[in-house]
Amino acid sequence: MKNNNDMNQSVVSQPDVIVMQPETPMQKTLSWIFENKVMLMFVALCVGAVAVSGNTVGFVLGNVLVRFGRNGFTVLSLLIPVLAGMGLNFSIVIGAIAAQTGLFFAVDWGLTGMTGMLVAFLITTPLTMLFGFGVGRLFNKMKGAEMIAGLILGFFADGLYQLFFLYILGGLLPVRTNNLIIPGGIGIKNTIDLTGNMKYALDLVKLVDLLLVLVALLAVIAVIQTVVRLKNKQSLPLKTLILLVLVALVYGLTFVPGLSDYFRTDRLPLVNAIEMGMAMAIVYALWKIIANRVNPDKRFKLGRYLIIVAVAVGLFALTYVPFFYDVIKSSSIAVLPFALIAGLCVFNQVFLSTRLGQNMRTVGQSQVIANASGIHVDRVRVIAMIMSTVLAGWGQLIYLQNLGTFATYGAHLQVGQFAIAALLVGGASVQKATNKQAITGIILFHTLFIVAPEAGAKLFNNAMIGEYFRVFVSYGVIALSLAMHAWQRKKKPELELPK
Amino acid sequence: MSNAKQTIQRIGWPRLIIALFFILLIVVSPFMGLKLSDVFSDVLRRWSMFGILILAMVPGVQSGIGLNFGVSLGIVAGLIGSTTAIELSFQHGSPRPWTDLGFALLIAIPIAALLGLVYGMLLNRVKGSEMTVSTYVGFSVIALSNIVWLLLPYKSGVLIWPIAGEGMRNTINLEESFGGLLSNPAVVEKMPTALRWLAFEVGGVVVPFGMILFFLFMCLAVWLFLRSKKGIAMSAAGENELFTRSNAIDVNQMRILGTVLSTVLGAIGIIMYAQVFGFLQLYNAPLMMGFQCVAAVLIGGATTRRASVTNVIVGALLFQGILTTSLPVIKRLMPSGSTLSEVVRIIISNGIILYALSKTKGGNQIEK
Repeated sequence: MKNNNDMNQSVVSQPDVIVMQPETPMQKTLSWIFENKVMLMFVALCVGAVAVSGNTVGFVLGNVLVRFGRNGFTVLSLLIPVLAGMGLNFSIVIGAIAAQTGLFFAVDWGLTGMTGMLVAFLITTPLTMLFGFGVGRLFNKMKGAEMIAGLILGFFADGLYQLFFLYILGGLLPVRTNNLIIPGGIGIKNTIDLTGNMKYALDLVKLVDLLLVLVALLAVIAVIQTVVRLKNKQSLPLKTLILLVLVALVYGLTFVPGLSDYFRTDRLPLVNAIEMGMAMAIVYALWKIIANRVNPDKRFKLGRYLIIVAVAVGLFALTYVPFFYDVIKSSSIAVLPFALIAGLCVFNQVFLSTRLGQNMRTVGQSQVIANASGIHVDRVRVIAMIMSTVLAGWGQLIYLQNLGTFATYGAHLQVGQFAIAALLVGGASVQKATNKQAITGIILFHTLFIVAPEAGAKLFNNAMIGEYFRVFVSYGVIALSLAMHAWQRKKKPELELPK
Repeated sequence: MSNAKQTIQRIGWPRLIIALFFILLIVVSPFMGLKLSDVFSDVLRRWSMFGILILAMVPGVQSGIGLNFGVSLGIVAGLIGSTTAIELSFQHGSPRPWTDLGFALLIAIPIAALLGLVYGMLLNRVKGSEMTVSTYVGFSVIALSNIVWLLLPYKSGVLIWPIAGEGMRNTINLEESFGGLLSNPAVVEKMPTALRWLAFEVGGVVVPFGMILFFLFMCLAVWLFLRSKKGIAMSAAGENELFTRSNAIDVNQMRILGTVLSTVLGAIGIIMYAQVFGFLQLYNAPLMMGFQCVAAVLIGGATTRRASVTNVIVGALLFQGILTTSLPVIKRLMPSGSTLSEVVRIIISNGIILYALSKTKGGNQIEK
């Protein structure tokens, strides 16, 4: 999206090279509708299903937020392979498998809470790196068939995983905790209850602690940057220092008696979250405006930031309208998972402007050009797979700790399926996927997931129909999107008969 | 030495390993206390049971649409045909095994042909990514059929849940219908003497002779078709699009023909499968069946671009053979390992598909 804007602007600034017809607002709207047809269709479907199901909007919203925190990270882990031109990464199942292995050992060793999560994390990360490396190498042998290969690879990995958990663990490899083993046999039980050890380990992290970690992290970054810059005789890293001071100030606020309760929570009520988000948006807009005063830029659009401020104030005002307050009053969000999701969004965005990110984009657009400009195509692709697999592994850890029960042989099966369907529902395609699409997609897809059974029950007198319908939607949207992608690609000139 | 190497090259390592493993399993099984006659009976039964479904892969691969993971379309058509035939018999008032089988085929084949036609037109528009698209089309069709099974207004007590009174059962018993007509000696015994040859026992080995005959007949039909003018044109379309077009053959039409044939064979295949098995499996049971068929034909020596009837016969024997023989052997070795055979199936079938993909796609499939 950003890239598009930049391109338009560069075109506009050189009007004698290409004359572009300015689009009328009508045309703009139409093309926007056309580009987002899948998303719009789902918006309509969701609104209809919510209305039919008879659930209150507040109930649906609360559930969507829970599922958002649960699944968001995994969906966002799909973006990097799309950037690298490897399509939708069906093999994130492998990341999930690694995460489940890590979590299993953490449970088996009797660890609880944050310690357990950290151990699971420490096992998962190297494992996912290794798997991602292998998957990347394999995909380099099957360029152009990554998606089908990834899908089959997921099933294959599932087979090996079952072999490991059903026959090797408890059989060849002894397991410490006896009640994890199938009674009277070998292998691990069907479900592992995480209540009392790892359930909500991440969800229960308090906002204060998070802020403290953020302050520490920023301080370390600031110190390193300062040392490096001083060594190179450059100016101080002003941006980082200001950010550090700001965050430290916010942390300082937590000691103010009236506000300390506000920060000493792990479930942030949605009302407060909106207040905080709006405050952040306003600070961000002001920051941009001030930065522009100090360092003027021709392309700066003041209007855009003023709109942000206006929307923020408007939304904040809305929370005082009784109707909206009723909808959001009972919803809350888990602090750490949402912070992690936001962090991953920022990472995805920042990553685009790094060198590796640019290389990846080049590889995604044309491997031939990338190769000609000296990019090691295969290496970039392997890195993309490693990153995606590692992120998917972490995503699965977040998912399982929130869910609280760990279906040993089922939790990973639908991971790729649902994550990809959610991403596509948001309007992403095989070639292009953004944070915004991922977030919209998760919200829409899970709204449908929550209300479909009840809508089915109301419409057809049969809850199973809704159940099957949502499964159909998740498969169907992938089939549709893959077909449309291939269709559009085929519209390009193809091989012609020599005459 | 080089001769041996060439032979191995021609057979291919994975096939060789699997064949040796199969032979090893057969050799081992008497020592595990299993009767060889039982082993052979099972192998024959499963071989003929899956044969036609696997045969459905051949027209698809030959016409250039690749491994047809979307054979589920044909399977759904076959299931619709079978259930409708049973319902018709129910309304007629008495079970009619042979009529059921005939009606099942008669209803399923046109539906499959129609679905195949639409599906082929879709596949023509997505050249180059047929396999990914067909996998998901297959999944979606199964998911959609789940809703169909709930909504079809059938009344037969064999088909629907007894308590709810609506919605079809997960597994439908074919005992009253066409179950075992061509394969089960117990069923065949009740028929007139002229038909007794359909299934018999030789030295303890149950030979589903009728089923084997039907399978080989279908193989022959496909084999003959591939040698006919149309068949050769279709194979050419799959092999070299440019060359075929320069010979004034409509490539897209040939691909549609291949898809239709594949889907129709899938429909016949599932009916025959149910006939031997004795049950119809609805809902998500056929979800991964396409993968099994693909794996079997690949084990038989097919690639993503070429497949022959021989590949089908060999592949069905090796793949189904390993699955049937490994289960009892594993059970003897490890009493608690009842699902190990299933795990082995997942690993082998997906492993062989991955292997085939890595062999044929090696970097030559970059977008135009």
